[in-house]
Amino acid sequence: MAEVEETLKRIQNHKGVIGTMVVNAEGIPIRTTLDNSTTVQYAGLLHQLTMKAKSTVRDIDPQNDLTFLRIRSKKHEVMVAPDKEYLLIVIQNPTE
Amino acid sequence: MAPKTAARRMSGIPQPTARTTRKRDEDAGPDVGEGADEWTQAKMLLKPPDQLELTEAELKQEFTRILTANNPHAPQNIVRFSFKKGTYKPVSFIDQLAVHFNLIGNMIPKDSDEGRRQNYRAEMTSESSQEDVEVQPSEAEGGGEGEEGGEGGEGGEEEPKEAGSQEEVLAAEEVAEGEAEEVITLKKPAERKLTNQFNFSERASQTFNNPLRDRECQMEPPPRATFSATANQWEIYDAYMDELEKQEKTKEMEKAKGPVAKKIGMRTRRKMTSLESQSDDITKVTQAAKIVERMVNQNTYDDIAQDFKYYEDAADEYRDQEGTLLPLWKFQYDKAKRLAVTALCWNPRYKDLFAVGHGSYDFMKQNRGMLLLYTLKNPSFPEYIFSSECGIMCLDMHVKHPYLVAVGYYDGNVAIYNLKKPQSQPSYKSSAKLGKHSEPVWQVRWQKDDMDNNLNFFSVSSDGRIVSWTLVKNELMHTDIIKLNVEGTTTEGPEELNVYTIGCGTAFDFHKQIDYLFLVGTEEGKIYKCSKTYSSQFLDTFEAHNMAVDAVTWNPYHSKVFMSCSSDWTVKIWDHTIKKPMFVYDLNSAVGDIAWAPYSSTVFAAVTTDGKAHVFDLVINKYEAICNQAVVVKKKNKITHVQFNAIHPIIIVGDDRGQVTCLKLSPNLRKMPKEKKGQEVKRGPEVEVAKLDKLLNLVREVKS
Repeated sequence: MAEVEETLKRIQNHKGVIGTMVVNAEGIPIRTTLDNSTTVQYAGLLHQLTMKAKSTVRDIDPQNDLTFLRIRSKKHEVMVAPDKEYLLIVIQNPTE
Repeated sequence: MAPKTAARRMSGIPQPTARTTRKRDEDAGPDVGEGADEWTQAKMLLKPPDQLELTEAELKQEFTRILTANNPHAPQNIVRFSFKKGTYKPVSFIDQLAVHFNLIGNMIPKDSDEGRRQNYRAEMTSESSQEDVEVQPSEAEGGGEGEEGGEGGEGGEEEPKEAGSQEEVLAAEEVAEGEAEEVITLKKPAERKLTNQFNFSERASQTFNNPLRDRECQMEPPPRATFSATANQWEIYDAYMDELEKQEKTKEMEKAKGPVAKKIGMRTRRKMTSLESQSDDITKVTQAAKIVERMVNQNTYDDIAQDFKYYEDAADEYRDQEGTLLPLWKFQYDKAKRLAVTALCWNPRYKDLFAVGHGSYDFMKQNRGMLLLYTLKNPSFPEYIFSSECGIMCLDMHVKHPYLVAVGYYDGNVAIYNLKKPQSQPSYKSSAKLGKHSEPVWQVRWQKDDMDNNLNFFSVSSDGRIVSWTLVKNELMHTDIIKLNVEGTTTEGPEELNVYTIGCGTAFDFHKQIDYLFLVGTEEGKIYKCSKTYSSQFLDTFEAHNMAVDAVTWNPYHSKVFMSCSSDWTVKIWDHTIKKPMFVYDLNSAVGDIAWAPYSSTVFAAVTTDGKAHVFDLVINKYEAICNQAVVVKKKNKITHVQFNAIHPIIIVGDDRGQVTCLKLSPNLRKMPKEKKGQEVKRGPEVEVAKLDKLLNLVREVKS
């Protein structure tokens, strides 16, 4: 258990990382390092997108599954790692 | 008969009674007509025989005749019996009325009740005759009227007199009929009721209408939840997989044990599930967290990753057979900063995972040790961390069980770490009882499983013993394979004991194909060729170096060639059948480690204590390195080990500051034999062998 905490801490302290959050299967954020409104927004939107992406991948081949999703925008990169029950979202500024 | 006779008498009287005369004549004498009057006047009056004979005087008597309204047919002397007097008395007044005609009329006075009622009804019907709806009330009225009329007195209506009542009844009935007719005409399809015009009374009855009452009951609506799902291909697939799992589980349950065991199984499972739900949710994110960490790192070290994958130094074309090493990642861990890298090993199965052993080469400063496993995917933090009290000097990963790491300590112990289990302590460790070495273990190597399918590995140490360790039923058992005796130093001791001076082994390597054959390098600079089966004697001895042999390695392709390096600044390449080395290279500094390249039989790398890495390719340049490069940044940073990666064109280099640097080999260092036009390019190991053979032959010829 402490290992996961440590890992999350490491990620948060990594160069360029703006925020991390853990979202459960219904799109409700469980842990976050950002403020509430931003978290809720990210959680809701990314949850839907991840579901859609997962559905797409699995529709094409049901034995396949989504490993992670990266959205690179002008300002930063949003990385989503879906799990069976949870969603881990990290926002990083890669070119700092 | 009196009037008739009177009439005759008057026939003589002329005009005023002409008419009456005629009348009387008509009455009296039927056979005397008007026309006959003239005839009879002309003639003599016929006198009937029975005519009264009257005197003249009597004939002149006037009789007055009066016209009265008396009924000539009315009786003149009606007599009634009077009970008072007991006699018959004549009735004084005799009715003179003669009814000639009697007709019962149907006219009612307007102002009477019945008349008014009818007027009203007439108005009503005139209004409602246009609408069908009002037929009902009119019907009802008609019915009501009929009822009232028929029963005569129901509702409190008084019929006036018998005749009047009769009339009214009839009138009512007629009105009702009229109404009925009206109604009937409005309802066209209905049949015309034939009613008796004089004696019909509409009888209708209405049943008592039960009063209606609404009863309602309201409940709370059942809780609703919207459920939506999409039937995707993967949802169906998931469902099938779940079914399969369930089936398999049930099969296993049946196979496993009896019913008692099943119950226990169930209970434990329940406990498990409850535990799982209680445990903190955050642990389930481990996998995702790992992936994300790697992603984040990839972003940070994006350019390095790109270089690793795609960068090929274009300048190599102009460099005339020289190559370079491009530095990629640097791996270091905080807690291992002060420890030197004492061992490096790539994982045989996961090509991006490598193990680093930390310890200290300094005799005086012996500290704890660490075993770290890094992956190229996450350069910032090791995947596995094991710490130990004693410095680790060497390690090796099992080929078939890549989660088993054999480790040799500075204190002479050996241990096996199991990566699958998250313990920080080794799974198995040797101890003084179990025959540990009395000197630091310099090298360990996994061997093939022995005949009982037990895992076993070899270790070499400065105490001169080469020990085989076998994992038998969770215990490490040791077998001394060979003792390194320094030849020629047996001295005769008291009682004819032969005292041997024990050599110190510092390195060994097993032949890739010939299982029992292995080489041992010693501190004295000798290399012994040994066999596992012969424990007392060496197969051969090579006077290799002037100082301790730091490393020996067999060539991965050529079965006869091996290489050795030493602190005497030299790297020597040998053919094990020949006592003298084939190639000798002087590198101006103590050589820490050497490694053959896995992709070519003629390429190898050597690292020195002055922080340089040297890469040689015998095909290109037999006498010099094609790459000399300073790898570590700080001065006085010695490079201790070097390893080639099996598939990627990279090498890892460990230094004594606890840092591991990953370098990419430039294309020149990876040259494959050029394809001659029209010829097939052979890439198999035979080619490599042939290549090296050619070289060796050249050298041998020269030497011989």
